[in-house]
Amino acid sequence: MIKIKAKDVDVFYGKKQALFNISLGIEENQVTALIGPSGCGKSTFLRCLNRMNDVIDICNVKGEILINDFNINDKSCDVVRLREKIGMVFQKPNPFPKTLYENVSYGPTIHGMAQSKQEMDEIVETSLKKAALWEEVKDRLHEPGTGLSGGQQQRLCIARAISVRPEVILMDEPCSALDPIATAQIEELIDELKKEHTIIIVTHSMAQAARVSQNTGFFHLGQLIEHGSTDKIFKNPDNKKTQDYITGRFG
Amino acid sequence: MNKNKEQLLNKRYKAEQRFRLYGLSAIFMALLFLTIFIFKIFSTGYSAFQKTWLIVPVTFDAELMMLDQNPSKEDLQDADYYDIALKSMADLDPNANEDQENELKRMVSYFFEKEIKNELLNDPNLIGKTKEVYLTASDDLDQVFKGNYPRDLPEDQRRVSDYQLKIFDQLVANGKVESKFNISFFTNADSREAELAGIASSFMGSIFSILVCLMIAFPVAVLAAIYLEEFAPKNRFTDFIEVNINNLAAVPSIVFGLLGLGVLLAIFQLPRSTPLVGGITLSLMTLPTIIIAARASLKAVPPSIREAALAMGASRMQTTMHHTVPLSMPGTLSGTIIGLAQALGETAPLILIGMVAFVNTIPGSPMDPAASLPVQIYIWAESAERGFVEKVSACIMVLLGFLIIMNLFAQIIRHKFEKKWS
Repeated sequence: MIKIKAKDVDVFYGKKQALFNISLGIEENQVTALIGPSGCGKSTFLRCLNRMNDVIDICNVKGEILINDFNINDKSCDVVRLREKIGMVFQKPNPFPKTLYENVSYGPTIHGMAQSKQEMDEIVETSLKKAALWEEVKDRLHEPGTGLSGGQQQRLCIARAISVRPEVILMDEPCSALDPIATAQIEELIDELKKEHTIIIVTHSMAQAARVSQNTGFFHLGQLIEHGSTDKIFKNPDNKKTQDYITGRFG
Repeated sequence: MNKNKEQLLNKRYKAEQRFRLYGLSAIFMALLFLTIFIFKIFSTGYSAFQKTWLIVPVTFDAELMMLDQNPSKEDLQDADYYDIALKSMADLDPNANEDQENELKRMVSYFFEKEIKNELLNDPNLIGKTKEVYLTASDDLDQVFKGNYPRDLPEDQRRVSDYQLKIFDQLVANGKVESKFNISFFTNADSREAELAGIASSFMGSIFSILVCLMIAFPVAVLAAIYLEEFAPKNRFTDFIEVNINNLAAVPSIVFGLLGLGVLLAIFQLPRSTPLVGGITLSLMTLPTIIIAARASLKAVPPSIREAALAMGASRMQTTMHHTVPLSMPGTLSGTIIGLAQALGETAPLILIGMVAFVNTIPGSPMDPAASLPVQIYIWAESAERGFVEKVSACIMVLLGFLIIMNLFAQIIRHKFEKKWS
């Protein structure tokens, strides 16, 4: 089932056009990887999906993005509600400089998801468990989140993102600042998370895309060159450029 | 070829050595000036923290004080102490003629009558008895005792007569002159008499001015900084505002004084010479400093924190209030303290709004007339009397101490509470 549908999306930074005419469907409860060389617009596209580009004054998004058949670029769309449904994990782990507990409980607090301290404790525990971090940190929930290792911090950010039970999780190169062991842990986690969430991951590592995703989109110079199942893209791409990128001839 | 290279290398080493030398000599010069400055202030100022007392036997003669038997408290309050005060001074030299008695009287401060009165009020049983009372020495004798006054000047160029010196030396020889810690320097208001003048009025004036300044400047500046940094669109108009705030920080402080004079006093008719007006004027000066510090520390909060909060569905307001502002507070606060320290040392605008007036009462609120520490320094530095020279330095020491404490506090806040972003 298609969860997110982009139709003719153009993005401009001031006068410079960053994305051209992107149309793309994203399958529910699957992992979609967006690959492509640096500056190709894959992160820009990802940030369109939860309207994080609003923060950038000069950024201008045109076209329709339908999530559950509702156009999020419509004026009637409330970004706060939207971002509650669509979580995001960033390239560099960015926990709040607060305790682990406060990090995870922040989202549920501002969205009023827990009536009591007990409920909140439960949300924090399940989120940390789903993020495969609970066992490591259960005894130090009230220590600062910035004291964790890089991989743990990133899993904390994932726990924070899933604490509000979003339908979609956007991941912007979540492993690029991590070592191979931490990367493997996160990849395992992504596989687990796709049961309940739709995941879109931007990655520089083609191996990672091949490992974790079911669908792949290849971006180049602001255009979506090719989109399809990961198997097909990696084994038998239609486009010559895709083939060249996959085989490492450029990028 | 090789030789050429070696020459180049040598040249580079030499240039580096020279540069080190310049740097070291610059630091040495700065330290030298600082040391001379501090040494000068301390060496002239430390004696102001000591005060000279004459120990004079006073006979509490009921008749001379015009007291009945068994006087009540009120009677003691209203009694006439002038005669016994005069008599105890005159008794220092039984052979003194009238002129000499007058000179004897001038060996202590004009406050001596009150000091004798307080002695009796503390212990009413003293009536009819004789007790040795500590009397504040006149500022000239105070300076003589501290060795700051040249005794070898011809008598007609001296403010202390030979006769006074003779009696004073007798007292010293008998151990009747004592130097004690000068409490009144901290508890008295200003006075025309150097031996009685203190910094209480100007100290309180400074405190009140700074508080008024803080209460106005801090909220306004922080709100302005938050708005400009987090909410305002970036366009020509906000650029224009930014440039003007930076310009405001460079405006000479006396201009703010004129503004205070022209607007606060002339148009709004606020009470002259008060810390209220002083504080408002200083807050105009401090405002840009705090805005700039607050904006800098808001800028220093990594954008990733804002993004994290926004991506969690926090509104712009929530992102700012829950994350950005708390994280920027240490920097903002230390900037505020530094701005206040600047304001504390400001003299020119306060002179213009009349805080230079002679105030011999201690202000109880920002609406009472007061001086401030730097203005007090200015007032005393203008006085010709020798007794004020050491007071100027002592007042500078107090002001510097105050400033050092504030700056230390700013440093502590910065180092202790500021988050380090790796």
